[in-house]
Amino acid sequence: MFKATPDITLSACNLTRHFGNHLIIQNVSLEMRRGEVLGLLGQNGAGKTTTMQMLTGCLTPNSGKIEICGINLSQQPVLAKSNLGYLPETPPLYRELCVNEYLTFVARLRGVKPPAIADALTQTKQSCGLESVSNKIIGTLSKGYQQRVGIAQAIIHKPTVIILDEPTVGLDPGQIREIRALIRELGNQHSVILSTHLLSEVESVCDRVEIMQHGKLIYSDTSAHMREHGKVSGFIVDLRNPPPPSALADIAGISHVEPLSETKFRILHKSADNPKSTLLTLAEQHNWQLEQLTPLHASLEDVYVKITSAENANDKPPTGTPI
Amino acid sequence: MIRLLAMREIRSLFAMPSTWFMLAILQFIFSWFFLNTLQTFLDLQPQLAQLANAPGVTSIVTTPLFNMVALLLMMLVPMFTMRLIAEERRNQSFVLLLSAPLSTYQIVLGKFFGLMIFLALLTSSIPLMIWTLALGTELDYGLLLGNLVGLLLLTASYVSLGLYISSLTAQPVIAAIGTLAVLVGLWLADIASTVASAPWHLISPLYHFQNFNTGLLDSSDATFFMLFSIVCLLLTMRRINNNRIYG
Repeated sequence: MFKATPDITLSACNLTRHFGNHLIIQNVSLEMRRGEVLGLLGQNGAGKTTTMQMLTGCLTPNSGKIEICGINLSQQPVLAKSNLGYLPETPPLYRELCVNEYLTFVARLRGVKPPAIADALTQTKQSCGLESVSNKIIGTLSKGYQQRVGIAQAIIHKPTVIILDEPTVGLDPGQIREIRALIRELGNQHSVILSTHLLSEVESVCDRVEIMQHGKLIYSDTSAHMREHGKVSGFIVDLRNPPPPSALADIAGISHVEPLSETKFRILHKSADNPKSTLLTLAEQHNWQLEQLTPLHASLEDVYVKITSAENANDKPPTGTPI
Repeated sequence: MIRLLAMREIRSLFAMPSTWFMLAILQFIFSWFFLNTLQTFLDLQPQLAQLANAPGVTSIVTTPLFNMVALLLMMLVPMFTMRLIAEERRNQSFVLLLSAPLSTYQIVLGKFFGLMIFLALLTSSIPLMIWTLALGTELDYGLLLGNLVGLLLLTASYVSLGLYISSLTAQPVIAAIGTLAVLVGLWLADIASTVASAPWHLISPLYHFQNFNTGLLDSSDATFFMLFSIVCLLLTMRRINNNRIYG
């Protein structure tokens, strides 16, 4: 049979958007495949939400093309949007309805066939942990539960592309873990885009990372690769009876020694030759009394800061640049 | 889809205590006024009996009653229309409709018909009250029907205007005051110009209701209401589309 679902689920090409004279988004291009979770990172005001609004048809880009499952969003909006689930920053809830009523309404709105609604409802409530509040009025629920209802409305019709704008805001740590597991699970069959400030979220959930700044995509790679980016080779060594720092700097392979305290040194070396073993033998010989040796880990956070600040340095913010 | 959206509107309305409160108060006002006009008829009855071609109970009760309801709706409709789009915008739930596989006309018509059905329910007690008079006398059903059709068309024009103004803002209060201002303005334009042929009369929905009120079905009045409503609904659709373009 002909393959009905194309591999590329969402493609956005050269999106540009300005509000008045302010250029908010410039030349953003994205591509998503089935079974991929993409994390959209960026500082406040970087244009993450605007990008998402454009991808969901809530905002028309000034130029550029968006295709969802190969369907052009601006030419066939109704058809394209039926493959889409969107959770905006503030969950779009009708606070006076109860959870069941609301989710049924959303399911029908998104084109779930009436006989399938009951199943979709039970399944979604189960995966979002909403069984216990089925008949409660949404307005009376806590923020965390409202957020879960928001996630539930985005996935109830099993869309190919799921777009989540800061999905874990307002949840407690336990819930965050559950929702992350859910996103991970969704990511196996669908394409998920999520925007977030939390780097740990990207680390644990996303396959790919796009960093946005001042309306541009400045970095794009797999999240595993991102951690490699800007990796420093080195370690922190704690010696109870330390030699002068110059003695350490003389060891072959060590490029930089920085005393952190009386006994602690931060040692950098070239990534190719690791002087750890040499150091250990020398420590043994000269009775430096090695206490601790910790390899330096570049956290995603460091990398993120490094990428964005590098971009900042050679690029002045274009928000406010006249067009 | 339009029906789904309309049903959602109605369900939301009935989920709010304020709606039930309004229903109760209005029912009280309607029945008070009905009993009042009925009393007037009973007081006049001896004199009417002496007239050759005296007006019947239907015209003496129905005409002032519907006239009053038409005026009351002018002040009531803004309170309901303000919620339609402005409040959804403020609660950020409008995004749900924008990102759902819906056309703009479905969103607008869904909201329009939702409120129309609700207002039809709200005013349905009036013909029922008049109908109870059929127990004791013969009614002029033509006049009653004319008034009902007129009231429906009048409500449609109010609702579509309110819907449009509601789509212009994210503040429900501004939407309500704006709609009220326009409706009262149109009404004042009508009653303030004393010259019968003044063009001001022609733009006022209440003026076009007068013929219906006296039992005259005039196609030009009906056309006015339809045009008025359609123009407002089209403007609303345009506004929502512009919302996507200008943010």
